[in-house]
Amino acid sequence: MKSYDIVIIGGGPAGLAAAVSARKEGVGSILILERDKELGGILNQCIHNGFGLHTFKEELTGPEYAGRFIDQVTELGIEYKLHTMVMDIREDKLVTAMNREEGMFQIKAGAVILAMGCRERSRGALNIPGYRPAGIYSAGTAQRLVNMEGFMPGREVVILGSGDIGLIMARRMTLEGAKVKVVAELMPYSGGLKRNIVQCLDDYGIPLKLSHTVVNIKGKERLEGITLAQVDAKGKPIPGTEEEYTCDTLLLSVGLIPENELSDGMGIDMNPVTSGPKVNERMETNIEGVFACGNVLHVHDLVDFVSEEAAVAGRNAARYVKGENGQGSGHKIVLNPVQGVRYTVPCTIDPEKMDDTQIVRFRVGNVYKKCTIGVYFDEERVMSRKRQVVAPGEMEEIKLERTKLLQYPNLKTITIKIEEA
Amino acid sequence: MEKRELICIGCPMGCPLTVELDGGQVVSVVGHTCKRGEVYARKEVTNPTRIVTSTVKVEGGSADMVSVKTKEDIPKDKIFDCVKALKGVTVKAPVHIGDVIMSDVAGTGVDIVATKHVQSNTLQQADGALNL
Amino acid sequence: MYDVIIIGAGVAGSCSARELSRYQVHACVLEKEEDVCCGTSKANSAIVHAGYDAAEGSLMAKLNVQGNEMMEALSEELDFPFKRCGSLVVCLAEEELPGLYALYDRGVKNGVKDMKVIVDKEEIHKLEPNLTDEVAGVLYAPTAGIVCPFNLNIAMAENAYVNGVEFQFDTEVQEIKRIDGGWELITNKGAFQARYVVNAAGVYADKFHNMVSEKKIHITPRRGDYCLLDKKAGSHVSHTVFALPGKFGKGVLVSPTVHGNLLVGPTAIDIEDKESTATTREGLDELISKAGMNVKNLPMRQVITSFAGLRAHEDGHEFLIGEVEGAKGFIDCAGIESPGLTSAPAIGKMVAEILREKMDLQPKEDFQAGRKGILDPETLSLEERNALIKENPAYGNIICRCEMITEGEILDAIHRPLGAKSLDGVKRRTRAGMGRCQAGFCSPRTMEILARECGMSMFDITKSGGDSKLVAGTNKDRI
Repeated sequence: MKSYDIVIIGGGPAGLAAAVSARKEGVGSILILERDKELGGILNQCIHNGFGLHTFKEELTGPEYAGRFIDQVTELGIEYKLHTMVMDIREDKLVTAMNREEGMFQIKAGAVILAMGCRERSRGALNIPGYRPAGIYSAGTAQRLVNMEGFMPGREVVILGSGDIGLIMARRMTLEGAKVKVVAELMPYSGGLKRNIVQCLDDYGIPLKLSHTVVNIKGKERLEGITLAQVDAKGKPIPGTEEEYTCDTLLLSVGLIPENELSDGMGIDMNPVTSGPKVNERMETNIEGVFACGNVLHVHDLVDFVSEEAAVAGRNAARYVKGENGQGSGHKIVLNPVQGVRYTVPCTIDPEKMDDTQIVRFRVGNVYKKCTIGVYFDEERVMSRKRQVVAPGEMEEIKLERTKLLQYPNLKTITIKIEEA
Repeated sequence: MEKRELICIGCPMGCPLTVELDGGQVVSVVGHTCKRGEVYARKEVTNPTRIVTSTVKVEGGSADMVSVKTKEDIPKDKIFDCVKALKGVTVKAPVHIGDVIMSDVAGTGVDIVATKHVQSNTLQQADGALNL
Repeated sequence: MYDVIIIGAGVAGSCSARELSRYQVHACVLEKEEDVCCGTSKANSAIVHAGYDAAEGSLMAKLNVQGNEMMEALSEELDFPFKRCGSLVVCLAEEELPGLYALYDRGVKNGVKDMKVIVDKEEIHKLEPNLTDEVAGVLYAPTAGIVCPFNLNIAMAENAYVNGVEFQFDTEVQEIKRIDGGWELITNKGAFQARYVVNAAGVYADKFHNMVSEKKIHITPRRGDYCLLDKKAGSHVSHTVFALPGKFGKGVLVSPTVHGNLLVGPTAIDIEDKESTATTREGLDELISKAGMNVKNLPMRQVITSFAGLRAHEDGHEFLIGEVEGAKGFIDCAGIESPGLTSAPAIGKMVAEILREKMDLQPKEDFQAGRKGILDPETLSLEERNALIKENPAYGNIICRCEMITEGEILDAIHRPLGAKSLDGVKRRTRAGMGRCQAGFCSPRTMEILARECGMSMFDITKSGGDSKLVAGTNKDRI
């Protein structure tokens, strides 16, 4: 059986950044396992620009951004296997994988970095009634067909969900010659980035209907049309508000779900809010030496943050296998998201083991205008950040300084909340 | 005096901007939190531009399509001309990031460049694997 | 001229075809859809009923119990998934317990074995921990089971085909005429003649019956909406849980499936349109509200898809199997609603027996009773699996990552007898695309494989035949 110091599950942006960072930390024996035909993951189909402003200080397309990391992986001589599906990971870090050439094989890993990414929520999860014809695609599937294979899924398009992939696909389909009639969003606000609403919808005169959903699907063989209706505050369709749209294509951009079947299988503690593993300041899960980063941990809007987080995971995996993890104090501070803050990554912090600065990322549960993000060390309000607006579609962060945390030796809980004026 | 409300697209912050114009001249910009916001606002109301991304076909490559973009932003009203110019364009593998696919697209003076590496498939056929 | 034409390649038609193929007979199945198992047979509860439901002395009762008894051996012979998981009928009110005993008595009379009424709550919860705490009693029927409805149907059809029965797809019977010595069936693909016709047309069986008989029958499509839950919820119950109809209404069933999902449904809504398999908001809401009646903590957030099927409800609620009065040589196999799936093997036997007798059919000496299903690599040891991949690397290539279906299985589904021609055809045979992402990741890959293997253009690949085309053109082709 082969063994590697670090095995990385997934060769998308998270896996690549984790690998580069672990190698730079001095670990020689690293293996990336990737199920697709090339490294880069979902970035390969995200051909639009807007990636890398934070990481590279320039605006790149998805494949270019991936390319920068793939080049580094190649230059650093990091091993990877393509077309390789990881079938199982045991708690003791025995990885079982499969491909055409080697069949089923096992690898003993010193540390494992989970970087499997996420999948799209399907129509079924929304329970949209109606027929089940051809022409209903998740936005990402359509993106793959158009951008990587050159096929148009249809001609007249309605998009449900204003997540970023939905918005991006509204523009892509328009530029490739389809008519995008409307983007409907169940919530009273968009789940996508503002610049995508401006550049993908407004630029092309595509209407965005907030508080609307699809209530019927017509066409037995190929989609013929859909019915849109306004929803009330509870998300229930309001009778009498129905509007008919003829279309041959319905794209769904209704949420992303971290793909944690492997993590579940190995007994990793999950955060029900993110559907991703609970991690500490090192991006380490409850299983020692198993780290998680990227969209498998929590769904991101910006790949730059994925890379940054993955670098932390890679660096700590490297320290773990080198035995440089230190003893720590055993002092575990719990992060407590309340009052509009849905979750935090990480979930706990050991001030002895944290970096000098710890970035805590989180999402809010609603749109809040002119509010303050309040941070409390136990009962004491230690920090506040004013925000013009925070929204569920855009990830927020605060930075914690190690020196400051060390001043509170009995600190149990760091509470983060949204305070409205 | 004309007032225009914009959302800055310079970064994910999406600052709400208000631009005051007088006879096509920008009088003031408010709402931005960084320099990029002001630059964007001034440009967006006088000469809006965009980067355009698309795909073209590849012959003999490890992929059927290669992604491309305008090397720099082009006037917003040239977007569709740019896409039309790419209709029917086919390139031969290998293609590398940055390769010029078309120069001076739609009279904008801007080149279309590849944004992805596509290997020649003669390299790939050796293992006989199905590249799915 | 054929000896026999069977209208419909659903489970009743396919079982009839398979049983008929034991004899020296020139037979053909006409199916209006592109594949077998496209109507009622594909969208139902997938339950092998014990047999206490049907009226005592009815044909339904008889064939139900017979079909149930046949299922296990058949599942081995024809290699389709079947599990005798047992069923529980849940009674929620003490005063309704007599209803439970009445079911028990009927079951005994119908010949159902090993049933038991349990009123001890502790015993009930030991058997099924997630049953509601409100439970007053259950009827436990250990002979009930669950089956893969697709592969039962597909296995029967494949085996019939291998034994010489022809299948014509996309062939819709429009008219039936009496001709000398038999019948002529006018279809969209021309005329077909046969001495005998078997009418196994599901919700359309009344239409064909009424073409040849003065004594009209009427079949109502009774729509049932279902929700299918993720495999994570698959072990929420281990038995099929039915509701005893009572003061809380009719209730819906909650059942594990043979593939490890959890199924909740059906509603029962009588409709006019025989093609209307659209779910409705009301139907799905009804399911969600009723689902928790008998089973607690049902994780309805884990729904991965919902669908609707049409039961072929004949007004008299009985299987109509036999030669139609005044229409010599026209055999009805009509009104096949629940427990139709359970009964199908026995229905097939009965139909074949009618035909054998009438035509004095002789056994076929080289009849092949067995059939190998699509190999599921997960059933192999590591060594066996590696040997398989070495021999055929396609088995090392995962296409559907939710259900872990390999390219090898998909190739098998396409190239086997009566192979898959569409995405849904592949899905029903292999489960590729049936998992939690609902084909988001694998559909472009499966489409590519279908195009390559069937020598088709991507533009002709369909979801389920007909006009269900998946791609409309190429980038920029209309600008």
